[in-house]
Amino acid sequence: MKKPIIQFNQFTFKYRSQVEPTLKNINLSVYEGEKILIVGPSGSGKSTLAHCINGLVPFSYKGELEGSLRIKEQETKELDIFTVSKVVGTVLQDPDGQFIGLSVGEDIAFALENDGVLQPDMTKQVMDVSRLVDMESKLDASLHELSGGQKQKVSLAGVMVDHVDILLFDEPLANLDPATGKHAISLIDQIKKETNTTVLIIEHRLEDVLHGTVDRVIVMDEGQIVSDSTPDDLLASPVLESAHIREPLYIKAMKYAGCKVTPAMQPAHLNTLQIDSWRKHLVQWFEAVKQPEDDTKKDAVVLELDQISFRYEKGKNTIDQLSFLVSKGEMISIVGKNGAGKSTLSKLICGFEKVHCGTIRLHGKDITGDSIRQRAERIGMVMQNPNHMISKHMIYDEVALGLVKRGFKQEEIKSRVDTTLRICGLYPYRNWPISALSFGQKKRVTIASVLALNPDILILDEPTAGQDLRHYTEIMDFLLELNRQGVTILLITHDMHLMLEYTPRAIVIADGKIIADKSAVEVLTDQTVIQSANLKETSLFGLAKRIGIEQPAQFVTRFITHDREVRKTWQ
Amino acid sequence: MAVEMLSYIERESPVHRLSGVTKLVIFMMWSTAAMLTYDTRVLLFLFAASIAIFIVSKVKLRDIAFVLIFILIFLLLNNIAIYIFSPQEGVNIYGTSHVLFDIAGRYNVTIEQLFYQFNITLKYFVVIPAALLFIVTTHPSEFAASLNRMGVNYKIAYSVSLALRYIPDIQRDFRMIAQSQQARGIDLSRNEKLVKRVKNAAAIIMPLIFSSLERIETISNAMELRGFGKKKKRTWYSTKAFRHADYLTLFIGLAILVVSLYITFHDGDRFYNPFC
Repeated sequence: MKKPIIQFNQFTFKYRSQVEPTLKNINLSVYEGEKILIVGPSGSGKSTLAHCINGLVPFSYKGELEGSLRIKEQETKELDIFTVSKVVGTVLQDPDGQFIGLSVGEDIAFALENDGVLQPDMTKQVMDVSRLVDMESKLDASLHELSGGQKQKVSLAGVMVDHVDILLFDEPLANLDPATGKHAISLIDQIKKETNTTVLIIEHRLEDVLHGTVDRVIVMDEGQIVSDSTPDDLLASPVLESAHIREPLYIKAMKYAGCKVTPAMQPAHLNTLQIDSWRKHLVQWFEAVKQPEDDTKKDAVVLELDQISFRYEKGKNTIDQLSFLVSKGEMISIVGKNGAGKSTLSKLICGFEKVHCGTIRLHGKDITGDSIRQRAERIGMVMQNPNHMISKHMIYDEVALGLVKRGFKQEEIKSRVDTTLRICGLYPYRNWPISALSFGQKKRVTIASVLALNPDILILDEPTAGQDLRHYTEIMDFLLELNRQGVTILLITHDMHLMLEYTPRAIVIADGKIIADKSAVEVLTDQTVIQSANLKETSLFGLAKRIGIEQPAQFVTRFITHDREVRKTWQ
Repeated sequence: MAVEMLSYIERESPVHRLSGVTKLVIFMMWSTAAMLTYDTRVLLFLFAASIAIFIVSKVKLRDIAFVLIFILIFLLLNNIAIYIFSPQEGVNIYGTSHVLFDIAGRYNVTIEQLFYQFNITLKYFVVIPAALLFIVTTHPSEFAASLNRMGVNYKIAYSVSLALRYIPDIQRDFRMIAQSQQARGIDLSRNEKLVKRVKNAAAIIMPLIFSSLERIETISNAMELRGFGKKKKRTWYSTKAFRHADYLTLFIGLAILVVSLYITFHDGDRFYNPFC
């Protein structure tokens, strides 16, 4: 019989600043050597659960606690955060924010330094653990030079060095491009096998985590555990849909086709999925779904980039002779690996940075020399982190800010702000302080504040990062609606779902150059592009190949069309 | 990217190889010597030595040009101020008065005053290279380790080095926020009147504070989760062990300090007087 290593018993927790408890009557046992995935929408309490396990609750975040939580047979509230941190190693969401040292070696050594380990001993231990994550040749490198995946490896090594019994990952995939995310999951798998640690992963990208093996999936909703089962059982149940968690796309396709998914079919992985009995069903569905009409009618060109180049430092062009055209009313994804130049590109379009050569034209007029402020009247930019944009206390003032600064009349401002707030669904909150809003709502305020200026083009940097399915759908449907009203939208994203579901056209950037500019479906089924831009093939494509459809890309296209229609009627 | 002033400059040189503690102690002794003495011969020697060490360190003049210009402007202002407030200081000190030309009232230009101000300037030039070198050749984490070894509580030492470390990050945040606010019409450039610019700056400060608070919460959680503050003492991964070169350097440094103080004070006067 396996020993339980974490035991929640009738555990309830309420943050000091809140009225309602965030966790209610949690009963959960995790056994030694298990690998567990915890999923749930934003605000479901999954992060709080993680904080309880690593000791941030109740030692850093105070509150009222009832029931018991035992880790390695010890009641945690009687310990202190340092004792807990010897047992539970936590890898936080944002690798950049959690680095403490400056070089790789130093950061890995941080826990040892605090333990007072002597230097020769420390050097050896750092070497050993860096070998485990394959970073031993980079010990002296500065953390800023590393790629997203390497950063993740360093943060992992930094907690492994303590020989913890439990590894806790808080949204490990949030900031990684798809291919790097896949490597991260394999790395966690491999570490688990080599060290036999217990692994807990908190993540809402279910399909990506299931790429590795997972023993159990815990689903949380509204502070409670609503499901605790094997991945196979979970995917066969309706729990995911009701808890607003995205099902793997191949499962969704099967459900559309009317297949009944059962645990016996082993649906957790596409490779193990027993699909033979439903093959005919799927093929029939494929043939029945109508082919999308070709609606690629070309409108007038709005934005034109002509051979633009830009570099931060001499010798290496971050953007290298890049050209493309954007027509009015398009909705485009800009994708590529971390550091490929996507964000830089958006900054160049807005004038935040100046191109070194090349021309940018808006409605045929050269705007290369225009200032940020001049461009902002036509091109709106929404940054990834809303906290970088918000500077007023009240929602109304924040949205009105740009108009006030441009000297519009009071009445004009009021009518434009009210219209914008209505479009963004924020009108009922117009007199609220911004601090009372959730992250997703703040994001909407920033979109509204840019929209109020009536731009022709809207650029959004990672609009859905860190959003659960419900908020994701809300934001994206909202953008789709804006797009229908004629706003041209450019999205910088890592999210392959977003790209497939919402944007007909995708521009793929690698090393400052465009390596593909075609439909999202074509991009996500093209092996060479996928590899050079660190993307990931969609599982729909894999499913289509497994059931032997001759044009698997067609299958993906039809799924997307069908899905769009289903969502439309569902609204 | 953003201009990074006064950050660590990685080079391979004997100065870089010295332990941070050595550099800190030498810097302190060097400044003490330069501050106490007005003896021109000592100052000239120290100045020559500073330049020599600077060359050995392989730090290029343009690496620190910005800060250097800033200091030089300050030095110029300082010299002017000295002259305005005390034009006869040199005469008082050296006891003679060789007037070159008169300006008005008590304002005349004497060789003594010029010589006195030359000495003041020289003192700056002795300390500046040493201070800059200490900053740009000591790795920030080693800097914390050095402070700690000098007896400063490690929590304070670490906070200092973290603060230094976050300067580039905060600069980056600031730039991003400033750009996004400019896009909304909040202008910080010279096109705007000063009063308005100050007001507009507030629109950038608030988001900057919020994003910095966010940063602080993450990092303090990360540090706590990895056991920072658990014990009274901690060790340092990047401390450099003392080598022969360190002992030798410290010895030479101490010798210079003692000799320069002896030369300065043996005749009971801190000033070297060439006029008698």
